[in-house]
Amino acid sequence: MSSKVIQAMYNDDDILMDAVKEVRAANYHIEEVYTPFPVHGLDKAMGLKGTRLAITAFMYGCVGFSFAVWMMNYMMIEQWPQDIGGKPSFSFFLNMPAFVPIMFELSVFFAAHLMVITFYMRSRLWPFKEAENPDPRTTDDMFVMEVVVDGDENEMISFMESTGTVEIKVTEKH
Amino acid sequence: MSSHYEAPIRRPLIVGDKSYHDITVEVAAPVEGKANKLWWTAFTIALLAFLWGIGSIVYTIGTGIGVWGLNKTVGWAWDITNFVWWVGIGHAGTLISAVLLLFRQKWRMGINRSAEAMTIFSVVQAGLFPVIHMGRVWNAHFVLPIPNQFGTLWTNFNSPLLWDVFAISTYLSVSLVFWWTGLLPDFAMLRDRAIKPFQKKIYSLLSFGWTGRAKDWQRFEEVSLVLAGLATPLVLSVHTIVSFDFATSVIPGWHTTIFPPYFVAGAVFSGFAMVNTLLIIMRKVSNLEAYITIQHIELMNIVIMITGSIVGCAYITELFIAWYSGVEYEQYAFLNRATGPYWWAYLLMMSCNVFSPQFMWSKKLRTSIMFSFFISIVVNIGMWFERFVIIVTSLHRDYLPSSWTMFSPTFVDIGIYVGTIGFFFVLFLLYARTFPVIAQAEVKSILKSSGENYKLYRDAGGKNPAPKKIVKSSKKVQNISVDTISRKDNLLGVLGVFDLSTQTPDDLKLISGVGPKLQETLNSIGIYSFDQVSKMTEKEYDLLDSLLDSFKGRAKRDDWAGQAKNLKK
Repeated sequence: MSSKVIQAMYNDDDILMDAVKEVRAANYHIEEVYTPFPVHGLDKAMGLKGTRLAITAFMYGCVGFSFAVWMMNYMMIEQWPQDIGGKPSFSFFLNMPAFVPIMFELSVFFAAHLMVITFYMRSRLWPFKEAENPDPRTTDDMFVMEVVVDGDENEMISFMESTGTVEIKVTEKH
Repeated sequence: MSSHYEAPIRRPLIVGDKSYHDITVEVAAPVEGKANKLWWTAFTIALLAFLWGIGSIVYTIGTGIGVWGLNKTVGWAWDITNFVWWVGIGHAGTLISAVLLLFRQKWRMGINRSAEAMTIFSVVQAGLFPVIHMGRVWNAHFVLPIPNQFGTLWTNFNSPLLWDVFAISTYLSVSLVFWWTGLLPDFAMLRDRAIKPFQKKIYSLLSFGWTGRAKDWQRFEEVSLVLAGLATPLVLSVHTIVSFDFATSVIPGWHTTIFPPYFVAGAVFSGFAMVNTLLIIMRKVSNLEAYITIQHIELMNIVIMITGSIVGCAYITELFIAWYSGVEYEQYAFLNRATGPYWWAYLLMMSCNVFSPQFMWSKKLRTSIMFSFFISIVVNIGMWFERFVIIVTSLHRDYLPSSWTMFSPTFVDIGIYVGTIGFFFVLFLLYARTFPVIAQAEVKSILKSSGENYKLYRDAGGKNPAPKKIVKSSKKVQNISVDTISRKDNLLGVLGVFDLSTQTPDDLKLISGVGPKLQETLNSIGIYSFDQVSKMTEKEYDLLDSLLDSFKGRAKRDDWAGQAKNLKK
């Protein structure tokens, strides 16, 4: 497969959306779209699958909750039960109401942080990571669609031009 | 095609003729520009206050908390007052970014970045107080359940003070990642605009290599939504747990079940007041009036009014319950609050928190910038006194009248408090000059639905979303607007049409108040000669103003018609 891509630049999100639909209808493969802000509906138009990050957050929250239950049970009930202010801690369920705030806090703590870490890992975001956007203007007001060159290059370029692009570049993708 | 339609009744959230690029430039301007004298003055004052605070903290730690004004009766005073005050202020940021996100309130986007910054900075200040109050700060890690050399020595999970440790640290860290994740695209924008290598390096590092892929945006939005869902109960839990510090005790005046909702409402109240204080200054200094509009201030004032009224209800309920309980000690605690030696603090609290926000029922007052600023300061003072009243007046007259006493702060108490205010402003001022203070990526996403130019275009009958025509600049939008054309015809009908092919245009710049830019605008409307200008009366001035984007009112102020009459001769 050719590793050549056409980078078509657009200056408006609505034109980009139309273009994405046209390109998909013409059966070309959209490699990537870079936008300066979230364009609603773009992921659906491109045919991207939904993200499962919310599900991971739920699972991480369950981990945090279980950890809180285990920790407080071990420390307060099992290892060194005490009688604090006439309220002995000899059974988990009798003491449970006092543990609710920390169970909640740790569930949130785990869910939030682990989800964000998962997001950073999956989207390859971390300190010292080099940015890979094809043009610095894509964080300002420009939208770039990368389409894999497939078949006649010139025909593809003229097709892309008809979608309302303002700049076209053909580059080697590595 | 996704529609950008928004009901015409909704007022624009982005004022003026903005394109995506304009937003980039205007948000980046305070970061790329140089600090002015005012900034340096404010920064120096804040830094000096901060240094005084550090001195006081070092003195406290070196000598012991005996250097504070605490005594055997009043064992908690300014330290916890300041702690609760700062935590309360730290509630607005998450409320704005999380709760308003869940309710899909678009006005959040102009202010959420700064409100979150304020949250994080004020929670940092809050966290200082319990740590210093421990006395032996080098043992601060004992509040965490860390395995240690004592084998079975753990923290007491039954204690609300320990719940506080978990609540505040979870809140601080979750707010921080929420804030930072939102910052990534905006840091990336600054990175891609940076010219100097140092700035480029710093913003590359901060932006974590954000590139804005469609998949990244999809995840970004999902993460924001889930974080908002998590942060909403979190923010409510934090001040609930802070109120447990008091409510689970058996001190009359503290032992009340109304505390959690009452503290949360108070926290939101003081938080919004602080956001108003900061943003009213910031929108002016950083030229962001187009994004933080009067409408934003008005909406925040409404939140202040509502939460202030909730707090007022809570005050009255407390009094009623004290009476209704029939408990003598409880009744005395409240009677003493209102009429005892601290009556002045109670009166300040009542007037600042219950009375002052009621002015916001008036549309005129809540849309006045000066008045909003004034009230925001009043509320900040009032909320500090609320905590002072709750803490000190409940303690200073205990069950044993022989130990009744008063509290007076020492210079160390004052120093630490002023120091945290200094520290807060040091952080906020640095933030204002190095961070993108508006969530520009999000603001761009609502430009087409809530931008003034796009709204005007649609109101004038323009087809939505009309992408091909409003691509470049919104100047075109103005020209094709049906309304504008009819107004222009009206104006020229009175002034007379100027025929460029037979007449020679006058140099309109000779009129004082008209520059090259304005001349161009006037020409584009069809005004070329002194003769036309001299015919202008009140009605034409108004028509002209409605056609101009800027310089409104200038024609009348400078009496163009009179001037043109003289120039015609």
